[in-house]
Amino acid sequence: MNLLWLIPTLPFLGFTILVLSSGRMSRERARIVGVGSVALAFLATIYIATQYYAAAAHGLDHGAGFTVSLWPWITAGSLNLNFSLYLDGLSLSMLFVITGVGALIHLYASGYMWDDPDYTRFFTYMNLFVAAMLMLVLADNLVLMFLGWEGVGLCSFLLIGFWYKDPKNGYAARKAFVVTRAGDTAFAIGLFLLFRELGSLEIQEILHLAPENFEMGGNMPTLISALLLGGAVGKSAQIPLQTWLPDAMAGPTPVSALIHAATMVTAGVYLIARCHPVFLLSPIAMTMVASIGLITLLVAGFTALNQWDIKRVLAYSTMSQIGYMFLALGVEAWDSSIFHLMTHAIFKALLFLTAGSIILAMHHEQDIRKMGGLRKQLPVPFWCFLIGSACLIALPPTSGFWSKEPILLAAWEADPIFWYGAVFGAFLTAVYTTRLMLLVFFGTPEGGIPKTHEPKGWQLHPPLIILAGLSLVAGLFNLPAADVLPHAHEHHPPLWVEITGILLPVVGIFIGWQVFLKGRWQALRMESPAFDGLRKFLASGWGFDWLYDILLVKPFMALAKANRNDIVDLVPKAVVVASSQCYYFFSRGQNGQLRFYVATMAAAAIMIISLALFT
Amino acid sequence: MQVIGIIVSLMAGGLLAMALGPKSAQASRLAALAGLAVATILFFPLLMLAISETGSGTGAGAVWLSQISIEWIPRFGIRLLFAVDGIAVILIGLTLLLGYISLLSAWSEITKRCGFFYFCLLFTLAGVVGVFSALDLFLFFVFWEVMLIPMFLIITVWGHENRYYAALKFFIYTQASSLLMLLSMLVLVHMHWQQSGTISFSWFDLLETDTSGRLGFWLMLGFFVAFVVKLPGIPVHNWLPDAHTQAPTPGSILLAGILLKTGAYGLLRFIFPLFPEAALEFTPIAMTLGVISVLYAAKLAFAQNDIKRLIAYASISHMGFVTLGIFAWNAISLQGTLVQIVAHGLSSAGLFAIAGLIQQRTHTRALDELGGLWPQVPRLSALMMFFAIAALGLPGLGNFVGEFMILLGTFQTSPIAAVVAALGMVLAPVYALIIMQKAFFGTPSADAKSTSVDLVPHEIFMLAILVVGLIILGFWPGLLTNLSEPGMLDLMRNGLPAGQGG
Repeated sequence: MNLLWLIPTLPFLGFTILVLSSGRMSRERARIVGVGSVALAFLATIYIATQYYAAAAHGLDHGAGFTVSLWPWITAGSLNLNFSLYLDGLSLSMLFVITGVGALIHLYASGYMWDDPDYTRFFTYMNLFVAAMLMLVLADNLVLMFLGWEGVGLCSFLLIGFWYKDPKNGYAARKAFVVTRAGDTAFAIGLFLLFRELGSLEIQEILHLAPENFEMGGNMPTLISALLLGGAVGKSAQIPLQTWLPDAMAGPTPVSALIHAATMVTAGVYLIARCHPVFLLSPIAMTMVASIGLITLLVAGFTALNQWDIKRVLAYSTMSQIGYMFLALGVEAWDSSIFHLMTHAIFKALLFLTAGSIILAMHHEQDIRKMGGLRKQLPVPFWCFLIGSACLIALPPTSGFWSKEPILLAAWEADPIFWYGAVFGAFLTAVYTTRLMLLVFFGTPEGGIPKTHEPKGWQLHPPLIILAGLSLVAGLFNLPAADVLPHAHEHHPPLWVEITGILLPVVGIFIGWQVFLKGRWQALRMESPAFDGLRKFLASGWGFDWLYDILLVKPFMALAKANRNDIVDLVPKAVVVASSQCYYFFSRGQNGQLRFYVATMAAAAIMIISLALFT
Repeated sequence: MQVIGIIVSLMAGGLLAMALGPKSAQASRLAALAGLAVATILFFPLLMLAISETGSGTGAGAVWLSQISIEWIPRFGIRLLFAVDGIAVILIGLTLLLGYISLLSAWSEITKRCGFFYFCLLFTLAGVVGVFSALDLFLFFVFWEVMLIPMFLIITVWGHENRYYAALKFFIYTQASSLLMLLSMLVLVHMHWQQSGTISFSWFDLLETDTSGRLGFWLMLGFFVAFVVKLPGIPVHNWLPDAHTQAPTPGSILLAGILLKTGAYGLLRFIFPLFPEAALEFTPIAMTLGVISVLYAAKLAFAQNDIKRLIAYASISHMGFVTLGIFAWNAISLQGTLVQIVAHGLSSAGLFAIAGLIQQRTHTRALDELGGLWPQVPRLSALMMFFAIAALGLPGLGNFVGEFMILLGTFQTSPIAAVVAALGMVLAPVYALIIMQKAFFGTPSADAKSTSVDLVPHEIFMLAILVVGLIILGFWPGLLTNLSEPGMLDLMRNGLPAGQGG
């Protein structure tokens, strides 16, 4: 356990080396440092895991964690924060996802980005991201978690705007940063409130103190949970702070795979799972979590059906799958949520990386209308995408099935409404995934099947194949997170509920196949002009961008523009103007003309006399 | 004793630089550097003393590390009274460090009348060190003026296109408000004389004065106005954007890095300890002003086109947190204020230094005339990115620690003020990242100013010091807060109204 600090330090060291090289390092060396540091972190994780299990075998209480204190961080008055790491089953599960999937994505990226002139800068940001993400999950107190939390936000900003020449990318990057920061601010206020109420910011202490100090269903736990939820919603792109994620696809595709699918966007799920004793004190907050998840998964599902950009379809599907994780949290299926987090990280990374290969092969074309019939030309991506899609649809026996099925059952137990919504979402998932699959790999687009070129670099295929294999078998993994989280109740829903949950996706595939390949039931495509408005509304992500533009962005810009010169500055300016006007007025009297002097003196004399006479 | 040595060696270095200036610019630079170096050597024993007093970490160490009192004008009870606690050591250290930074940035930028420039620079530093260590109110006032005039000259002589207007505005604002402070001081001394029968300008003596009446409130207001002008806080901030924009780079660094901090120091040292009841009564208004500063200045910063003006408004926004932290008056918020003061000193010095480097290379500060600088000057751009994210309060860098502690401390007593001020966290990236977008990202338009000269070694060295400082503050703020703890706790006790002390 004493080497726990190595795990975040290794990628941070990689970052430091790459920064200090300030661009003078050769590509080959940058690749070794960039990929190697994350791979080493993965090995360190395996080593720590063996130690963790060895300790567990020696009679250590299941669910108990290890604290590794490094140094006192922020101390003042009653505030006593240490820079210390905490390892338990939950953080260990996250470590595996981050370093394992992260290392594969880094390897893939080292081939994908080979021709980019800013190769070193790319890996600098990527390594910093991994380090920050590891701090987030290893943090022993909430402020240290906040450090990782904001750190990953910064790296997300830097990587979305990686190709900075296009101002659109810069805009997307700033949007992501500012929108998530709105959530982060709620998170920070939650911390202030926790400290005031409980006098501590150590996670384990809070989890211990909260049930003792707060009454069940009271206002305080609800308020605190709602504030933490605000942070989670921002980072995990859930409604109402979801608008930044589709635009974040402006970044290079490995970034989308690592940050905007596998790791960072699941930080909100991790936060809620980590703080579950606080959330459990507030039934209202739990319902909020579940409802946000449900609404997001439906909204994002409908939107995904109406996208033409391969990455945006995947982005909306990510939002929707995280919606499932939130739903699972809200219905107390804690371990299912983390399980789905892990399988989703694997198969969504697979889907994004495969999409990256397709995009490379198509000469950076992302519009699926221009693709079609690619299965013969791109056999490896085809099979990988097929496996990833099967997981996304949750077809048995892929890992996606094993992780999504318990969520549906738990939703039924909590409230059948959640189940109806979730199962309809599963149907939508099947339809949009089938649509994507068919439009890319089957049929023929107008103008014939496009010519592709084989991307060079041996680094591209192995990560895909490994991830595809993992996607198939990950359902068998036994997550150490289950030790930490309360065990889910046994679910015994009626048989038809279970069968519907399995069959509806199959129906979705069938309908998608009929509509998008066979050309039947064309009314379902809603292509008649009568549906134009609805389709536009759905494709725009239900008009959230438009709403925020009107409510927040435009007024702020107008205010900023109107008051650019600082209205307060008028006060000193008025003083200047007033005194100079007085000066002009009085100095005009001193003009050296005798008749003017005589006239004013006479006038003044008349005025004084008349004042004396008439008052 | 060391403090007097520091002040004298700074002044001597300045005089020497002026004497050598007409003969050789290089000699005057070296003279200034020598003065600063001697001051630094004299500073080290103080620093060591402060460190040794905090070994226990319990805050039980001696408060006053060095104290000296010499008779000056006995008739009015005015003495040369210098006393240094951990807070003052930190601030003097910051002053000397930023002295080097501004010296380095002047190295290539200031070419005319070098000798006189370094004279002004070192006298400003001497004045600031005096302000941080003088605890006789009259002596404090003298140093308050000493630092003003050379700064005024720096803007007037070496400033940019609109320097006379800016310098005059700076002078009038500061002068008018410091007269208010002088008046308040005299009345306070008179009040103390009536109560105790002795005339004294000593801070220690005046602490005993009972200032709980109506008059006490007005006196507190006199001090408050002087310090808030210097800080600056809204609505008396207008001199700062002009002064910053027009000042030469070393001037901007001094102004943002340390001159503003004298205002913060004044609020810390005088308002609560001398007028505990009045300050408590005034807290809601002061906090409101602080919160308005945070948000309003952030909004203004976003709209600016001149890089230096943008950074200046960002400074006002950050100083709003300082007002908030001081008026929350608890251990967490006060220590946070100190961290914020130092972190802002480093980060704004970095931002202004880079703005100056950009202006030297492209001859413009206007964001709309710049664009796509990153591929042209990658090192300069990366460092600008670093200081921008420090300014927006990214955890891991000093500014976050300061702002977090201030907000956390403020929330314990005034949750509403803390929550509204926390909205500044959302606005900070809006203005900090727009600089990056407009100047460094994108593709330069056809008529955009460009440059091909990336950072040279002495510039990298100068900025690296600031970078390292901010990282250390972000990860080991204890290095700072341990030093200031005894002094801060003592100050805090003095600032509690009678009956609440102890």
